[in-house]
Amino acid sequence: MVSLLDIIGPVMVGPSSSHTAGACRIGLFARGLVGGQPESAKVELHGSFARTGQGHGTDRAIAGGLMGFFPDDERLRHSLELAEQAGLAITFSNIKLRGDPHPNTARITVTRDKQEAVVVGSSLGAGRVLITSIDGFPVEVTGAYPTLVFVAHDEPGIVAAVSTLLAREGDNIATMRVSRRAKGGQAIHIYELDAPASAGALEAMRAVPAIIMLRSIQRVA
Amino acid sequence: MYDSLDEAVTQAQTDGISLGELALRAEAAEGLRSREEVESALQRALDVMRGAVARGLPGDLRSVSGLVGGDAAKMTKPVGPLAGTVFTEVLAAALAVQEVNAAMGVIVAAPTAGGAGVLPGVLLGLSKHNAISDEKLIRGLAAAGLVGAVVAVRASLSGAEGGCQAETGAAAGMAAAAGIEVLGGSPEEASHAVALTMQGTLGLVCDPLGGLVEIPCVFRNATGGAMALAGIEMAMAGIRFPIPVDEVIDTMGEIGRTMDVRYRETAGGGLAATPTGRRLAKERLVQIRKK
Repeated sequence: MVSLLDIIGPVMVGPSSSHTAGACRIGLFARGLVGGQPESAKVELHGSFARTGQGHGTDRAIAGGLMGFFPDDERLRHSLELAEQAGLAITFSNIKLRGDPHPNTARITVTRDKQEAVVVGSSLGAGRVLITSIDGFPVEVTGAYPTLVFVAHDEPGIVAAVSTLLAREGDNIATMRVSRRAKGGQAIHIYELDAPASAGALEAMRAVPAIIMLRSIQRVA
Repeated sequence: MYDSLDEAVTQAQTDGISLGELALRAEAAEGLRSREEVESALQRALDVMRGAVARGLPGDLRSVSGLVGGDAAKMTKPVGPLAGTVFTEVLAAALAVQEVNAAMGVIVAAPTAGGAGVLPGVLLGLSKHNAISDEKLIRGLAAAGLVGAVVAVRASLSGAEGGCQAETGAAAGMAAAAGIEVLGGSPEEASHAVALTMQGTLGLVCDPLGGLVEIPCVFRNATGGAMALAGIEMAMAGIRFPIPVDEVIDTMGEIGRTMDVRYRETAGGGLAATPTGRRLAKERLVQIRKK
């Protein structure tokens, strides 16, 4: 379904909805995965992002997203300088990712408080994005919803326990997806919610022994 | 939203309302947002468009590569045969928005960033010569959105998929409907203005130098605005395009699907592949990397 506001919008910093607005959103998602301002980020650009990204401000857009700026924030233009001032060290390099991903794809490795997260995201056009990998787990996240990401030991009852905790706080799940690398190892859970997860549900989830990592990420689109 | 402009026009005629009013009602009926929310989002879009025109006209901006900038300012002092008419206002406003876009300023993608100058160019250019209320301009944006939604479903709004006919061409068709709306024309006139405009942009390739949204994008937004003015003028004179607008849009989609990949935003053909195009792109990309 196409909305009028998909056509007349988004309001954004130019010059390209895919190379700038979409790139910014991938940066925002990476920031969300470490729960705030990263200390360092390694940004690897693939395909058209690598080829024409600098002229399109893709580097500034991703840096802006890492700083918490949205696609319509004029600070994007100066985000590389602002990141440096804020003590966020970013390196950019080109890469040829395997598996023939979308031409506008970036892999971002962020660190904060001794935690590290690796996210791969593609910019699909008109500012829409798809996160395709988190910490090596294959995922499909649009960032159009507040998203709950957590990694848990692959054992029975996790989904039931978490959905009960969310329901108790009145948090409604729009979509959910669980994937794992190997049986009995770890599984990543992605829940897209109608509203950001409540503090109560997050606190209760942190007390679940099987949950190793938990992040509540705001909408990036 | 509608997937047929012909159907939307028939519905608007049955209800005795304009295309923009129909679009606002249809959007609210989808239940995602209230009519007030839709109108307030379009008001913000209108405000950002005004801001972009105002930011671009003084001519002090340069694009990220340095290849474009300053031409909107030249267009504010026209000396040609159309000086002093709405035509030069449209060209100036369209250039201004696209120069702002190329300089990483704030714009409204309409339908994309690369085609973002056409719609504000036409709407705000027209309103320089005619007193048009914001309420009307918002209905104009809604009419444009309806046209864009139909093009998105039936054809494409991506230069990488359909060439520039899908970006500035679609934007010109959208702007033609918006222009008819704010000038008080009928839904039938709007659909013919869209058809008369888009028949003129069929086959337009996407061939930006170095893949950057700069050359020819900035200028093509201005000529896109001119194309929309031609469609508006002809439709208001009573000219009726013999091929229904949906079929014109379908044709754009068909041409896009069979267009060689060199002409779909890859910088492999067209102006991007000329000797000068290649040289400029190479020089500028090297400079950007050094920065």
